[in-house]
Amino acid sequence: MLRFVLRRCILVLPSLFGLLLVTFLLIRVVPSDPAMALAGDAATPEQIERLRQQYGLDRPIWEQFAVYVGKVATLDLGESAFSRRPVAVDIAQRLPATLALTFCALAISVFVGVPLGVIAGLTHNAWPDYLLRVFSVLGIAVAAFWFAIMLQLLFSMELGWLPLRGELSPTMQRPPRVTGFMVVDALIAGRFDVFTDALRHLVLPAVTLSLGGLATIVRFTRAGVLDTLQQDFVFYERAMGYRRRRLVWIYVLRNSVTATVTQIGLLFGGLIAGGVVVEAIFDWPGIGSYTVQAILTGDRQVMLAVTLLVGTVYAVVNILIDLVHGLLDPRLMERA
Amino acid sequence: MMPVLSVRGLKVSIRTDEGMAEILDDVGLELERGRILGVVGESGCGKSTLIRAIMGILPRGATIDRGEVWFEGENLLAFSEAELNDQVRSSRIGFIPQDPLLALNPVFKVGTQMLEVMRWHAPDAKDPTGPRGGARRKAHVARLVGLLRRMQVPDPETALERYPHQFSGGQRQRLLIAAALACAPGLVIADEPTTALDVTTQHQILLLLRELVAEFGISLMFVTHDFGVVAELCDDLCVIYAGQTVEKGPVQAILEAPSHPYTRALLACHPDRATTFLGIPGSVPSPLARPPGCLFAPRCTDARTLCLAGRPPQGLAPSGAEVRCVQFA
Ligand SMILES: Nc1ncnc2c1ncn2[C@@H]1O[C@H](COP(=O)(O)OP(=O)(O)OP(=O)(O)O)[C@@H](O)[C@H]1O
Ligand SMILES: [Mg+2]
Repeated sequence: MLRFVLRRCILVLPSLFGLLLVTFLLIRVVPSDPAMALAGDAATPEQIERLRQQYGLDRPIWEQFAVYVGKVATLDLGESAFSRRPVAVDIAQRLPATLALTFCALAISVFVGVPLGVIAGLTHNAWPDYLLRVFSVLGIAVAAFWFAIMLQLLFSMELGWLPLRGELSPTMQRPPRVTGFMVVDALIAGRFDVFTDALRHLVLPAVTLSLGGLATIVRFTRAGVLDTLQQDFVFYERAMGYRRRRLVWIYVLRNSVTATVTQIGLLFGGLIAGGVVVEAIFDWPGIGSYTVQAILTGDRQVMLAVTLLVGTVYAVVNILIDLVHGLLDPRLMERA
Repeated sequence: MMPVLSVRGLKVSIRTDEGMAEILDDVGLELERGRILGVVGESGCGKSTLIRAIMGILPRGATIDRGEVWFEGENLLAFSEAELNDQVRSSRIGFIPQDPLLALNPVFKVGTQMLEVMRWHAPDAKDPTGPRGGARRKAHVARLVGLLRRMQVPDPETALERYPHQFSGGQRQRLLIAAALACAPGLVIADEPTTALDVTTQHQILLLLRELVAEFGISLMFVTHDFGVVAELCDDLCVIYAGQTVEKGPVQAILEAPSHPYTRALLACHPDRATTFLGIPGSVPSPLARPPGCLFAPRCTDARTLCLAGRPPQGLAPSGAEVRCVQFA
């Protein structure tokens, strides 16, 4: 088990190295003069020269790379040209909001998508299956921003059930920052009104963000269940008198979700990209809106840092996915 | 004495894209208490479908059009799915599947799977006075370990903690036999349980089954396409061709004097007796297009015009077997 995890960790090292190399090349080599690019249009030649020395741009390229790797490793990601604060601090500030949103979206996708996928598989070619198939095609085809606006129109503007944007009502006082996660901090502060308010703010963005993943998970779980139901062991288990519910939700399901788990790993790409849109629409103070801001203001250090962050998240998620695969199927764990 | 299992005139068809397929046309058999009944036929003649019909687990689109399945005096066809699950499967009818690798769930421990069955169907599962919860589970584990030891599974104590792929084919088949006996059923149905094994292992398993029948007082319905196995193991025989019982009776009598041309042809192409290695020319007619008259007539060396007139009735052969052939009508 430990060996399995270590092995996976070592296997992602090359991709992390590649990530560093690519970002380094983007910032140092692709611009004809990185110092000029860093300094901006209005800089004087002296300023550019000073930057060049400050960033070691006059050194050999491999030395520059080593310095760069060292800086990234110590989380020295430079300063945001916009907020004039270290990028690492900005990210630490905003990451919990994004994590909370992503986590909720993923939880909705999985805990709604998997059961629906199973039901679709069990009712193969009957009406629930058709309905869910239409739904999953729509879920993939419909643009997130359109869906977001529809939700806002219906649940905030029309019915007034849920807040329109932000992560907390303006009238609410923010609880003291402990973990950075609003809902957790609210609980720690014993502020249940803040807690429910924060949860209510989470609903619409999380539902919007979950849609694409939900549809994908329904599709792959359905396919997995249909495939498993063909297996000899399902007939054997029925012949042995397994309880119907337990047969489906334990013994069939665990064999059916391998492809689904792989998809969840791939979904992270969509969740991160979708997060940018959703955070922008719902004015959610996370990494997504931070990125939009950076792109609009040409804040290179921030874009670079976000690229590194997303790449690292991908690597970690891949390790986790492999681990889940290993836990689901003992044969994989042994082969490692 | 009343037979443990008796199937009469069973007809099963499946709706397919190409039309109705008559998988079973007219199957009848009797299994007496404490005996071993061999059910023999070529691949595709409906042996597995017969088992599925008895267990009440037919494939989608299948219907039982006619016939009866009597088990210990009860008509199984009248049982609902829930009743079959509660009162019959595992607790009264054990099942040994064909392929020991594919039949076990690959991602659960062997013990988890076997205990899942015992949890609901072991004799003490519905006993309100017996031990409950953990104590009952412990009793189940003890019974399983004892059974595995009896089946000569190596390291029976740790076997329950292992996964199916960690056993060899022969060991897995022993596990499945233990699983079939775990809830102490009176009848065990085995679907070609030795086909996937090598000859030596096959022989060992057959010996084991033979002993178990006497030891546990069970009756065994053993499906196979191998007459060698029948001769070694069975007391009675039922030969099926294209969904019809064509000959049934005591093994001894049939092996000595096979009456139906199909039985004779099958026996003639068994490796132990064959003079040539040709098999029976032709193939089993498709269940979608069953010919009129005797279903075996197109491949029969003795076929006459009478054979094409209509389905031949059952008759009694001099050997004492019941035979479906115009010669004995
Ligand atoms: N679900 C199904 N739909 C359509 N036809 C089926 C279905 N299941 C079985 N059949 C057909 O029924 C016939 C009998 O199948 P069955 O599996 O009972 O044969 P068998 O005697 O067990 O063969 P084998 O020795 O190969 O296991 C075959 O012609 C098969 O193609
Ligand atoms: Mg079969």
